[in-house]
Amino acid sequence: MNAIYILWLRQLKRYSRSKSRMLGSLAQPLLYLFAFGFGLGPIFQKAGEGSYINFLVPGIIAMTILFSGIFSGIEIIWDKQFGFLKETLVAPVSRFNIMIGRTLGGATVSTFQGILVLAISYLAGFRVQSFVGLILGLVFMALIATLFTALGTLIASKLDDMQGFQLIINFLVMPLFFLSGALFPLQGLPTALMIIASIDPLSYGIDGLRVGLIATSHFGVSLDLLVLGGLTLIFLMVGSWFFERIQI
Amino acid sequence: MDNQNIIEVNNLVKKFGDFTAVDDISFSVGKGQIFAFLGPNGAGKSTTIKMLTTLLEPTSGSIKLDDCNPTEDKDGVRRSFGIVFQDPSLDDELTAYENMYFHGVLYGVPGDLRKKRIEELLKYVELWDRKDSLVRTFSGGMKRRLEIARGLLHHPKVFFLDEPTLGLDPQTRNHIWEYLQKLNRQENITVFFTTHYMEEAEQIAQQIAIIDHGKVVAQGTAEELKTKTKTKSLEKAFLALTGSVIRDEQATGLDQMRQRRRMFAGGRR
Repeated sequence: MNAIYILWLRQLKRYSRSKSRMLGSLAQPLLYLFAFGFGLGPIFQKAGEGSYINFLVPGIIAMTILFSGIFSGIEIIWDKQFGFLKETLVAPVSRFNIMIGRTLGGATVSTFQGILVLAISYLAGFRVQSFVGLILGLVFMALIATLFTALGTLIASKLDDMQGFQLIINFLVMPLFFLSGALFPLQGLPTALMIIASIDPLSYGIDGLRVGLIATSHFGVSLDLLVLGGLTLIFLMVGSWFFERIQI
Repeated sequence: MDNQNIIEVNNLVKKFGDFTAVDDISFSVGKGQIFAFLGPNGAGKSTTIKMLTTLLEPTSGSIKLDDCNPTEDKDGVRRSFGIVFQDPSLDDELTAYENMYFHGVLYGVPGDLRKKRIEELLKYVELWDRKDSLVRTFSGGMKRRLEIARGLLHHPKVFFLDEPTLGLDPQTRNHIWEYLQKLNRQENITVFFTTHYMEEAEQIAQQIAIIDHGKVVAQGTAEELKTKTKTKSLEKAFLALTGSVIRDEQATGLDQMRQRRRMFAGGRR
């Protein structure tokens, strides 16, 4: 228990001390929000779909959490060679606890990044539909954060150096984002794209966020919860199995 | 008597695919000894230390550290050693005190004792007045001293140091060895270290093992090694035993990461 807490606390302390990183990672979501939100807004409106900013905000929040979560997981490659994590690997604590603590820390930080984007989107005119909706939205943010931090951790425990990093960005993170329903509605898509979007876990996260924040849904909230919850559990289990076998 | 030795290594082998990094080595380290483990680059030093410290599983052979076996009783072994890695393992974004504190919690050092030990050790390595500074702002020597203090926090019986003085100026190096010798005398801690500075090993180590191509080629005191090779210094003895061919290690992903690290750290270790 202590190990989980300490590793979680460490992530939070690091986050709170690196203001530049915090602000830097907000630049991209804000650019997307501004360029897409206002650029495509008129067309979206003309097509009879309503406010694009409202539609887009949950997608951008999810994007922020996805990037932040996966990076925080991948950072373990670095951390296990040059960081405090290496120190923990020779400490008399179970690897499982180390992995859980590190992942929950990263997930908490990523959730917070999502909340920041939500707060900023108020400036662009976004409004959450209800208080209960906000709570549900926060639950989904935490779920998305845990899911993708666990995925990042899982990948990092299998990689020894940063060589594969670019590959992961181009063939995993970008497709996860662009092929989800972050930027476009899932209704009436070509079948191929529809199928891909339905196997992208981020689609369910964004859908859940939309249920909470703007009260629309494609898959339905129970399916969203089931997919996200189930995958998170699987990633955590597989991740800890790999993590226990890390040799450096 | 078996329990005179705190480390016993028998027929230890580590293979990575076809490559045999550690090839059937046996040696032992007596309790309270200062033991130097020397060898050219790529000889198998770090691989051996990783196996002794539970980071790597041996292919075959047996290890006993403080009567525990690193493959069976990992936590037992982990409790009895402290380590300073070749690559830094401090958290730069945390303060010196936090780095110590987190270590204490991970090793289950109880609260009161933890506070007392942290203060003692930080004073011992002369970093107490900088305890609330971020490690990022420390020089290479200060980081090393902090790592040493941290490694001692849980009262280890064996202290591993993998090239602890690499890249440090002679003043800092002397300073660090003074701490370690004092500690060895006062607390009877076994010190197991690797270095490329032969004069350092000659002055400090009570026992020396030289490893090359994964095999222990000689073991003894500095005097014994010099007599054996009919040379006047340990450096000459080392060269006589391992040859003077320069070892070209294949650059790995790890080396590239080290390089990038150095770039970001701006030349600091």
